[in-house]
Amino acid sequence: MSELKVLRTRAPRLDAPAKATGRAKYADDLSMPGMLHAAILQSPLAHAKILSIDVSKARKLPGVKCVVTAKEAGLVRYGVSPARYDETLFAYDKVRYVGDEIAAVAATDPAIAMEALELIKVDYEELPAVFNMWDAMKEGAPLIHDAFPGNLNAEVHQEFGDTEAAFAECDLIVDHTFRNKRQDAAFIEPHSCLAVFDLDGKLTLHTSTQVPHYVMRTVAMVLQIPVGNVRVVKPYVGGGFGPKCEATPLEMSSSLLAKITGKPVKMTYSREQVFLHSRARHEFYAEMSLGVKKDGTMVALRNKAILDGGAYTSFGIATVYYSGSLLGGPYKLKAMKYDGLRVYTNKPACGAQRGHGGVAHRAAFEQLIDTTAEKVGIDPVEMRLKNIMTTGDVTINELDMSSLGMKECVEAVRDHSGWKNKKGKLPKGKGIGMACGFFVSGAGYPIYRSDTYHSTVVIKVSEDGGIATVLTGSAEIGQGSDTAMAMIAAETLGIPLDHVRVISGDTDLSVDLGAYSSRQTLMTGHATKEAAEQIKEKIKGVLSQAMGCDPNGITFADGRVLFNGGPGDFEKIRTMYIKEHRGWTDPPSGDYLTFREAARLAYLQLGTLVGTGKYKPPRLGGTYKGAAVGTSPAYGCSAQVVEVAVDMETGEITVEAMTDAHDCGLAINRTSVEGQMQGSLSMGLGECLFEEVKFDSRGRILNSSLGEYRIPTALDMPKVKSIIVESHEPNGPYGAKEVGEGAIMPTIPAILNAIADATGVRVNELPVSSERLFRAIKGVDKYEKK
Amino acid sequence: MKVSVNLTVNGEPVEVAVESNRTLVQLLREDLGLTGTKHGCGLGDCGACTVLLDGKPVNSCLVLAVQARGREVFTIEGLAENGNLHPIQQAFVDRGAIQCGFCTPGMILSAKALLDENPKPTEREIRTAISGNLCRCTGYQKIVEAVQEASENMAGKEAGSHE
Repeated sequence: MSELKVLRTRAPRLDAPAKATGRAKYADDLSMPGMLHAAILQSPLAHAKILSIDVSKARKLPGVKCVVTAKEAGLVRYGVSPARYDETLFAYDKVRYVGDEIAAVAATDPAIAMEALELIKVDYEELPAVFNMWDAMKEGAPLIHDAFPGNLNAEVHQEFGDTEAAFAECDLIVDHTFRNKRQDAAFIEPHSCLAVFDLDGKLTLHTSTQVPHYVMRTVAMVLQIPVGNVRVVKPYVGGGFGPKCEATPLEMSSSLLAKITGKPVKMTYSREQVFLHSRARHEFYAEMSLGVKKDGTMVALRNKAILDGGAYTSFGIATVYYSGSLLGGPYKLKAMKYDGLRVYTNKPACGAQRGHGGVAHRAAFEQLIDTTAEKVGIDPVEMRLKNIMTTGDVTINELDMSSLGMKECVEAVRDHSGWKNKKGKLPKGKGIGMACGFFVSGAGYPIYRSDTYHSTVVIKVSEDGGIATVLTGSAEIGQGSDTAMAMIAAETLGIPLDHVRVISGDTDLSVDLGAYSSRQTLMTGHATKEAAEQIKEKIKGVLSQAMGCDPNGITFADGRVLFNGGPGDFEKIRTMYIKEHRGWTDPPSGDYLTFREAARLAYLQLGTLVGTGKYKPPRLGGTYKGAAVGTSPAYGCSAQVVEVAVDMETGEITVEAMTDAHDCGLAINRTSVEGQMQGSLSMGLGECLFEEVKFDSRGRILNSSLGEYRIPTALDMPKVKSIIVESHEPNGPYGAKEVGEGAIMPTIPAILNAIADATGVRVNELPVSSERLFRAIKGVDKYEKK
Repeated sequence: MKVSVNLTVNGEPVEVAVESNRTLVQLLREDLGLTGTKHGCGLGDCGACTVLLDGKPVNSCLVLAVQARGREVFTIEGLAENGNLHPIQQAFVDRGAIQCGFCTPGMILSAKALLDENPKPTEREIRTAISGNLCRCTGYQKIVEAVQEASENMAGKEAGSHE
């Protein structure tokens, strides 16, 4: 790998100077002359019939330009998975949660728009509501969607191998139950968009999204606009983490209002609306049994899940599948059984969030491994090493671990944390714990059934040959994908990184499914590499003719062109270039032909120099029902060791140290990889110790602010030791794979295992507040299923 | 009814007519077009709208525009000089302290307020100084490292200027 020039470095991000100076424009920073401001009316009730909606007073308010309800918007059903389109833009027959959208207003001023909302009169007939999954499943529970009896939104039943027989041959079976809480993604930038309709009926939607492509399709479908007339442009995005992975009522109603008024329409969610829209982490209940041999060999796993989905499906079908499929590794099992239910409740819909579907069940499983190791009498690290998968293994549910540095990760965190000197040797109140996890490098299939490419990329070289511009629909949302693509392009073209520009996040540029399932490094990366290679081939063809040499002898490095490893006789080309650019300030110089001169020559022969690349995964996974969810061309994996101190009198927990190793394949940008690892740990720490969206008895969120819903601050995070493990991934561009989500997998169970080590008690419910831990230490309450 | 307010923004005198309920962040973003100051919550919880008011970091969503009358407001747009990044900005770029970037302007200004007062802060002092600025992307580690690096570089520069 030593020949790499750009990849594996710590190159500063391309967008960092713009962001550091406040020049980077986010959706709410955009404005246009004559722009209207929009606002949405949301239900104050959790479950109610809509008897009538009267917007006449709102329409008469001076400054109000348009009011829309389901009457204007129509009743096109949409959602994420076509199998569960259960939403309409506006509620028309009933509302299903506090926050359900009923109407939208566009006015000349934001304050007028808000005032108009108050003038809309809605008559409701309140219905009985259900606020937790247990009540929702009871016989006779209020029905939230007529088409889903028992409020059962989705169920999954999978068995791999003969579970019963496998358990029968076990020496020991250990059970565990676990429950997390609804988490909010708490990205710092609230959703915002600006919708512009041209007079020829074309919509341009500037929006804070992770998935311009899917937003384009959903907006076109819901508003009944030809999809070719919809362009979605993503400005800089202030974090997404999953909930910005689907089209929002904000985007659709702004587009509708722009269509009707013919004016640009802008809307931004308040922080409370971000909580109400939610689409963040589900509350999961997990029930699990692990069967092992006397020596700690894992044999069989039984896993049950119940998910509190909220009022709509969102990503929920995928979520409930992931809770099962992502437990197939990284340990070898003979048999695995999974039963999952996703249940509707009268709360905001949950969806995808970092580590989609896998986080809570991974937390349960990794605790179960620790309790099992204790019963068997072996060290938790040894227990894991004994059962771990390695490169080339295929999980019981047919996921192909084409590269897997899991063992290297475990050994790295063991050795860098001083595990051997600490485990079992710390005083009461101090504890150390570890856990593992793995995650997909991009979903194997698109959300809608299609043979589409997952990524296409165009690279265009400037007229003078000096700059390569990468054009991609992929979404830079803060994770660093623009920089990663620039680095891949620079490496492939053999030019310095600052000779590459990236224009991204625009559906007019290329097809890209977007920033979700940790897919862009691998998938957009492949397409970028292919586009760059195509350009290189074109240049080589032209050069070989001009120089009368074999194209195979031509190589590119550091912006220079080498002919059979040497400079070659390029004088004629240089002279011509300099003549063409007489008076310019930067004539090419040096002992080698530059990429710029070569690309200029290619342009003179071929016209604008363009390369295109494309990627879609091969057919992946098994043939059983739901086999698609969990498939990926590659899997990242990680291990973490956490050390905690617990005040045994108060239950207060301090996370004192975290050691994290992640196998991301080849690390495209080492700084960005560490950034993803450290950010994942912080989000996991928050979910483990204090994050919980709370509701009152009528389904209203009690803590819909970043003051009352507490996420980690700089004072909550310890110093993290980040270790990058680089296996070679045969299916990744230059051997690269994911880091963005997999890194969160071990965090919660590693903390919980450390707490158990420190206190001798296990807490089976998140968040582990000091009160909850105090009560557990004192034996006040044990977790009981309601 | 609008009232007239005179203030200094990034060293330049500004006179504006504002509604009395208008906040400083609205004045900066909407009236003056200084969108580098971000609006994340409107409640003083997230710190994205941090600006310096007479050198002290404040949540500009909690300050009324009229309260800035006669005072000096310093925003992220005022930090880079002659196209050169300020050492804190440069350190944020170099150390990978920026991901989505939405917290960055506020974070950098909190760091500046700290370093103006305490040029050689401890790690704990840095973490305390930025604890009112929420970041969901980075886990704060590279931000802390960037502030440490900026502190060292600025100290070096100062020592150099005395030579």
